[in-house]
Amino acid sequence: MIQAIRPKLQLLSKDFIQKIIDEALVILEKQGIFVENQEALDLLKEAGMKVDESAQRVFLTPQIVEDSLSSTPSIIKLYDRAGEKEYVVGEDEVHFDPGSAAVTILDHKTQEERRAVTDDLIRFIRLTECLEHIHFQSTGLISSDVPEIISDSYRLYIGLLFSKKPIVTGTFRVEGFKPMYDMLVAVRGSENNLAEKPLAIFDACPSPPLKWSNLTAQSLIDSARAGIPSELISMGMTGATSPVTIAGTLVQHVAENLCGLVICQLAKKGAPVIFGGSPMSFDMRKGTTPMGAIETMMIDSAYCQIAKHLNLPTHAYMGLSDAKINDNQAGLETGIGAVLAALAGVNVVSGPGMTDFESCQSLEKLVVDNEICGMAYRLIDGISQRDDPIATHLFEDFKPDTQFLSLSHTKNWYRKEHTFPTIIDRDTYDYWVSLGKKSIAERASEKVERLLRENPPSLPAEDIIKELKKVMFDDAKKNGISSLPELKLD
Amino acid sequence: MTEQELFSKMQKSIIEGNKDEAEALAREAIEKKIHLNEVVEKGYVPGIQKVGDLWEKGEYFLPELITSAECMKAAMAILQPEMEKSQIKTQSMGKIVIGTVEGDIHDIGKNLVSSILSANGFEVIDLGADVKLEAFIEKAKEENADFICLSALLTTTMLGQKKFIEVLKEKNLYGQYKVMVGGAPVTQKWAEDIGADGYAENAMIAVRAVKNLMKG
Repeated sequence: MIQAIRPKLQLLSKDFIQKIIDEALVILEKQGIFVENQEALDLLKEAGMKVDESAQRVFLTPQIVEDSLSSTPSIIKLYDRAGEKEYVVGEDEVHFDPGSAAVTILDHKTQEERRAVTDDLIRFIRLTECLEHIHFQSTGLISSDVPEIISDSYRLYIGLLFSKKPIVTGTFRVEGFKPMYDMLVAVRGSENNLAEKPLAIFDACPSPPLKWSNLTAQSLIDSARAGIPSELISMGMTGATSPVTIAGTLVQHVAENLCGLVICQLAKKGAPVIFGGSPMSFDMRKGTTPMGAIETMMIDSAYCQIAKHLNLPTHAYMGLSDAKINDNQAGLETGIGAVLAALAGVNVVSGPGMTDFESCQSLEKLVVDNEICGMAYRLIDGISQRDDPIATHLFEDFKPDTQFLSLSHTKNWYRKEHTFPTIIDRDTYDYWVSLGKKSIAERASEKVERLLRENPPSLPAEDIIKELKKVMFDDAKKNGISSLPELKLD
Repeated sequence: MTEQELFSKMQKSIIEGNKDEAEALAREAIEKKIHLNEVVEKGYVPGIQKVGDLWEKGEYFLPELITSAECMKAAMAILQPEMEKSQIKTQSMGKIVIGTVEGDIHDIGKNLVSSILSANGFEVIDLGADVKLEAFIEKAKEENADFICLSALLTTTMLGQKKFIEVLKEKNLYGQYKVMVGGAPVTQKWAEDIGADGYAENAMIAVRAVKNLMKG
């Protein structure tokens, strides 16, 4: 039986990949990179790197990069909240998660963006929980009804309460790591259990060009020591904060991420690291950062190809749109991005649900995007032979009126060969009219409400809830906050 | 070369973003002892105005805009010391203190606004990124500024703009300076809500907004 081949997108030749990596190494060695974190600088100095203390600038040798690459695992295994279901992050496995840290939500009723509150975040997390093609959860919305200072720990708190899926998150302040780590430990029962079965990924973004800030470098160090995978999110804007050519931005991207990877490995050898990013094809007319630009997706796909060449797990912000409502643009940009990400074999694809330059989340879009992700998964499953012979036996006794509907071959294979989206419109015109001429956003909104109505919250065990609450309220108290929004936890 | 020809070459150097040419022409004008106020008014300023028009028409994009603004600055850097020497009063359009607020290291948008404003004849004091609110006020006092412009890219640091207005009020300085706010998450409504005098969504609009506020 002939097996399906995995269709693959490759944008760079081997020589080109090597040239990009070589130039990145030259920059790290000759120009150096800023690291505004004393602990990281100390680690780098101990490892024999030249450090300009006053400028907080470090010069990395190709050797330390090579050593760090060889101690970085090529595969990470994430586990769900119960510690049962395993997700491989590496090779060509693809997992979608909603685009994270949006500040607004697209309100379906008013069709306007507004600040999100706790209830929005809970609905968002619970909805993600129900969507089969969105494998991971993300702390996708920032609640404006809790003080800014604890918004990082608060969104993880809500995520862990209402979701079983592994979760992509990150700190907004150096002090945010401790409570967030304590919450994850509370779920797993012990620090060792958490290191053995990671439940969350922490994002850390260098500041282009060539800088790791105090916050992000600290997140790398703390996560590495705790066994939490760090996702390195380099984010050059072509022609603004990184070179204007796609290849030039790739050089900077690789340099920044490799420095992050070295910091992780110096903090703890063997620490899990994901080579990710959120680079943007900067729009020179508008001064904006389109995530739906084809060039943005080309940069994403290309650095993932480079990361694969280096045997690293990958991540990208793809499958999202810059549209402001759920219109054609929202669908086409998300569709192209999700398909390219799947073809490029990006391991963690953050994007679904997102609009307006990574700033807004839409529940309706998340439901639509779930179907897009389903199509992308179907695509990379490829074409299999299925039967031997493939089809000649179906044409025995071939007659003018032969049809295939009643064949057992059809019944055996149709559900495996074909997918059946639920809100994509495949109705006849008359039937569509009879259903009220609804747009996809309207159908998606109905599905949002139905899913939330029919699926009760996936709360953890009583004692875990208690522990999570304690960590959250302690963190709030430490920051002078005496009350948090009331949650319904039964 | 007549003066008129020289002026039109100056315009062209700014429009085309040719820095070497813009500087050479400035030196030439000094040598030829042409009235420097006229050099600025008839040579360079129409150039940068034309660049603004090309931007608004959608023909020029940010790289052209910023290159032309840099040319303008380079030419002015050569002319200004001479003008001061011969005690020609440069007509400043107004004095502006600008910076990205505390906690925010993003300054690409702010840099753009700062360049375009100075290219358009404003005296711009750029405090950089991650600037303490107090520092804006100190500098504005020291320089006797007309405007204070605060940029913020993050929703968290955007709150600094609101706080800034409160600080001004506490110090009884509200109304003393025109306050402009900008940055990706900032909107006209936000500017109104916090009591800022103006908001601009891009650098060219900022120039227009500042000019309008100067008039009013």
